[in-house]
Amino acid sequence: MSLFDGKKIIIIGDRDGIPGPAIEECIKTTGGEVVFSSTECFV
Amino acid sequence: MAHAVVKGSGYVLIHTPDMILHNGTTQTTEKTINPNSDYLKNLPEHIRSFEEVVSYPPNQTYIGNITPEELKEYKMPWHDKKVEGADKVGKFGEIMPQDEFIGLMKIVDTFDLVKLEKKFTEDVKQKLGTHHFMKEDLILRLKEGEEIESIKKSVEEQGAEGLYNNGELVGCVKRAHDIDVNLSAHVLFENLVAKASGVLAALNLIEKNNINPEEVEYIIECSEEACGDMNQRGGGNFAKAVGEMAGFTNATGSDTRGFCAAPTHAMIEAAALVDAKIFKNVVVVAGGSTAKLGMNGKDHVKKGLPVLEDVVGGFAIIIGENDGVNPILRTDLVGRHTVGTGSSPQAVISSLVTEPLDKGDLKITDIDKYSVEMQNPDITKPAGAGDVPKANYKMIGALGVMRKELERTQLNDFIETHGMEGWAPTQGHIPSGVPYVGFAREDILNNKIKNAMIIGKGSLFLGRMTNLFDGVSIVMEKNPGKVDEEKGVSEEEIRSLVAEAMRDFASHLLKE
Repeated sequence: MSLFDGKKIIIIGDRDGIPGPAIEECIKTTGGEVVFSSTECFV
Repeated sequence: MAHAVVKGSGYVLIHTPDMILHNGTTQTTEKTINPNSDYLKNLPEHIRSFEEVVSYPPNQTYIGNITPEELKEYKMPWHDKKVEGADKVGKFGEIMPQDEFIGLMKIVDTFDLVKLEKKFTEDVKQKLGTHHFMKEDLILRLKEGEEIESIKKSVEEQGAEGLYNNGELVGCVKRAHDIDVNLSAHVLFENLVAKASGVLAALNLIEKNNINPEEVEYIIECSEEACGDMNQRGGGNFAKAVGEMAGFTNATGSDTRGFCAAPTHAMIEAAALVDAKIFKNVVVVAGGSTAKLGMNGKDHVKKGLPVLEDVVGGFAIIIGENDGVNPILRTDLVGRHTVGTGSSPQAVISSLVTEPLDKGDLKITDIDKYSVEMQNPDITKPAGAGDVPKANYKMIGALGVMRKELERTQLNDFIETHGMEGWAPTQGHIPSGVPYVGFAREDILNNKIKNAMIIGKGSLFLGRMTNLFDGVSIVMEKNPGKVDEEKGVSEEEIRSLVAEAMRDFASHLLKE
């Protein structure tokens, strides 16, 4: 049982922090479903 | 191998207050979706004067008048601090006001696309006439100017992009085709800004380093713009266009693209071309971007700060044959983020930092200074984007702890000693690794440091062609002295060859 079980997940990563694909890999190990993943650049 | 050296650099900033409102994408987007917003109404009260921009400590650092160490002595925030006696002319370059820069856009325009009003032209001609090195042949390209009515007509009826100074229309950039979006006034405006700021950086490179422009053989332009028409969008070539205006008459060139990582890619390419003896002197150059002006402006205005993204940046670096004096570029210690590297911060930093260090049997602490994404935290922190250089240093230090090259308790000391505060404007490629090259050359020549790693990172995913990240790095190092080309091999290499031959001979004897 995890916090993300059955949840739809929207990921917004930061290019100078944790990028989207890295967060996506973590979410894949939970019961959550990634519906959108992107990495943004603020600089 | 006789490594290529960094012979000099030039750094420029252009204060562009009117372009924030008219050409920065945060503002143009707001005008489209929310034209009566409080942000647009309040923005003009948050624009800095030229004098404020000149005395702003990070800007004085960018043009070389104060060092990164001196910048650190100014307590953050920096927007309310001033460098006393600040000069617009710096050791590495200059800060140019908007009116002179609009004049420069006209000067570098070879297709008569920039039209400037008569009186404005006359004023700019006079101002540029007192510029510390602008030559008359360039100033004469301003010509006589046009009637304001014809400029208004071009903007209102013919799709031209207005050029504004102190809120007044003073000129325009015309479209170069009726239907081709690649030659629209909007695209040409951005391309002419990139070209003009690149030219200014190249001219400062020549001026500040006593370079004979005729000795430059190749130019690599590494900005983030694309020039071409509907049949070859991004065909190029900014490099040769900049070279033509800077007087690099014996050079050809090409454009290298890689988002913010492009300048470091370009430095590696330039060093390789010189190492391979293809060209003796290669210039790496890039102008800046108006699209990014005021990118984080909404947060700055909301917090009562000035809009700190009010300058266009540019830089130029000359890389030449080993002279036995200037710092070498270790093309054998190059880091690269590959297609297979992955995107976790640990994987990214390992590929850029520790992998090249391992090639040279070096520890993380063996590099005296790391020049990462040197974005000014005064701009990024109020916008919630954090302190980018510090985040990079923490990650590099953490890898050092993992590799047992420093203790966890030494992490802050590592950041303090091997890191720096960021001072470059958020102009994408402009803050990426290269802002420190000028200081690194001086610090190495003055024996303040022995080496530095220049790291460039790029957000390729913004182009929607790949979700990959990118980055490259290269080590700059004290020149061990001129390599004797005639000698061919070093004494150490001869010793190793003799030892190998003796080992072979001995193994033959044993077999017999």
